[in-house]
Amino acid sequence: MIKKILLILFFSLNANAALEVTIAQGKVEPTPIAITKIFGADSDTARYGNTLRQIINNNLTNSGLFYTVNEDLYIQSDNLVEKVPRFEDWKLIKAQFLLSADVSKTDKGIRLRMRLYDVFNAKEIEKLQLTIPDENLIRRVGHTVSDIVYERITGETGYFDTRIVYVSEIGPLDQRVKRLAIMDQDGHLDSHQFLTDGKNLVLTPRFAPNNQTITYMEYKNNLPRVYIYNLKTGEREIVGDFPGMTFAPRFSPDSQSVVMSFSDPNNAANSEIYSMDLNTRSRLRLTNDSGIDTSPSFSPNGEKIVFNSDRGGSPQLFIMDKNGDNIKRISKGRGVYGNPVWSPRGDLIAFTKLTQGNFHIGVMDTNGNNERVIVRDFSLESPAWSPNGRYLIFHRQKRSNLDGTGGEVSIHFIDITGYNERVIPTPRDGSDPAWSPLL
Amino acid sequence: MLIVAGFFLASCAATKTEEGGNVDAASTSASSSSGGEITAGTQEDLIVNVGDRVFFEFDSSELTVDAQATLDAQAAWLTQYPDTNITVEGHADERGTREYNLALGDKRAFSVYSYLAQAGIDTNRMEYVSWGKERPEVIGSDETAYSQNRRGVTIVSN
Repeated sequence: MIKKILLILFFSLNANAALEVTIAQGKVEPTPIAITKIFGADSDTARYGNTLRQIINNNLTNSGLFYTVNEDLYIQSDNLVEKVPRFEDWKLIKAQFLLSADVSKTDKGIRLRMRLYDVFNAKEIEKLQLTIPDENLIRRVGHTVSDIVYERITGETGYFDTRIVYVSEIGPLDQRVKRLAIMDQDGHLDSHQFLTDGKNLVLTPRFAPNNQTITYMEYKNNLPRVYIYNLKTGEREIVGDFPGMTFAPRFSPDSQSVVMSFSDPNNAANSEIYSMDLNTRSRLRLTNDSGIDTSPSFSPNGEKIVFNSDRGGSPQLFIMDKNGDNIKRISKGRGVYGNPVWSPRGDLIAFTKLTQGNFHIGVMDTNGNNERVIVRDFSLESPAWSPNGRYLIFHRQKRSNLDGTGGEVSIHFIDITGYNERVIPTPRDGSDPAWSPLL
Repeated sequence: MLIVAGFFLASCAATKTEEGGNVDAASTSASSSSGGEITAGTQEDLIVNVGDRVFFEFDSSELTVDAQATLDAQAAWLTQYPDTNITVEGHADERGTREYNLALGDKRAFSVYSYLAQAGIDTNRMEYVSWGKERPEVIGSDETAYSQNRRGVTIVSN
């Protein structure tokens, strides 16, 4: 809905070819960008300008692909929305790109105008004007502008106007109270919201690709089952009527079905993977083996599913067709694998691996080749992709002690090159993060 | 202080349960009473005189010889108190993914459940549930804690 508002009010006049910064594997030298003050004529618009500048600055810096040139060095201090910058001044302080913007009030609401300049080529490369009805959308405007700048300069799809759903945790480790919570991808407190009250244990939330709903697991009346949470209405609905535990849910790419594990009491409570059509409510059993089959994740084209199974003795990664045919093991290394998640670009699978006493989060090709570890620690879990497939979020938990101390768990962001890790702040402990598609 | 006897030698785990440290509603040992008599057919009776839990090897849901002995005693106890219903909880240690451990916990709970069923306990009296690694008995990131946490616990639910 908000997306539509923005689209209607957008006008971006620029049609130049994308100026791409090549992103190779390995450490990337961040691109220097200058962001002028975002000008506002009165105290409200000046405040919006400050907020927007902070959001844009944080987003671009946190991506690891940009750094903002220190404001103290700026020679020119004008509003450069309607005025051509003195490019020499910006070249002198080694700003490769220059962003300027202003905010004003109009009869339609709050209007932002933005210009993005290529300093070295001394030309405007992006021009944008958008209007929002009220200040509640300010943070989204900041994320949208960040996405435009990121896309324009890197040539990759942005990921800033997105949200993270996760499990908020508090209390002793043996009586943990867990709640579903949602926030902007930057974890800003103003965007943070709890979705459940903590009465029932909740685990493993994941977004529907259409951004309307979340699937997760809840212990309602001590019966662990997969549910769907509607983000618009707040309603919760159980997925299917199963006579045993259902868990590990994920949506199909068309958002029309959920794949999950079902532990059937008539099958010795062994977990098999099922697919459940949310419209027809018909269910399809995809695996049939005496081992545990769980953690299914669709390929972005919906044709394949990667999953976790101990059918060979220890937990490993397998792929199969969407109907359960052609099961093939892909994990090749030593260790206990889990949590496979297919990249939205389709080219990689992220996973966890337990070996030599440590958890590793890594990525591999979809045939299991070229496995590489991105991060290693005592306890790492729940990798989730950024919608552009360049970053992962996951949770990291500290060791706990017999006296009840330790065990702190937090959500982290990392570039798949292994660089630029940082904590995404949450008001309490956080685990099981999942990333929305672009809004 | 209650005397911990029989199969239940792990003092830290036992003490904890007797203090009502477990949050799972049914397992809260409201019946704990310092110095009082133990009421027959209660959770407390099961804990002290039979043993309320069995332990599993790493990544296994198979019942060990010790576990089977405990469950034989539980079956006899349940036969003696035919009005009791139970819920079997299956748990895992923290060294696995959340989802895999939910699956493993369910297999463990089912192992206990089906052993008791085969020993003649009416399945109408029994339920089972997996808590994966979500409800450790002993907090700690070492094998001492893990071995106590890989467990199946029988909870009197009425």
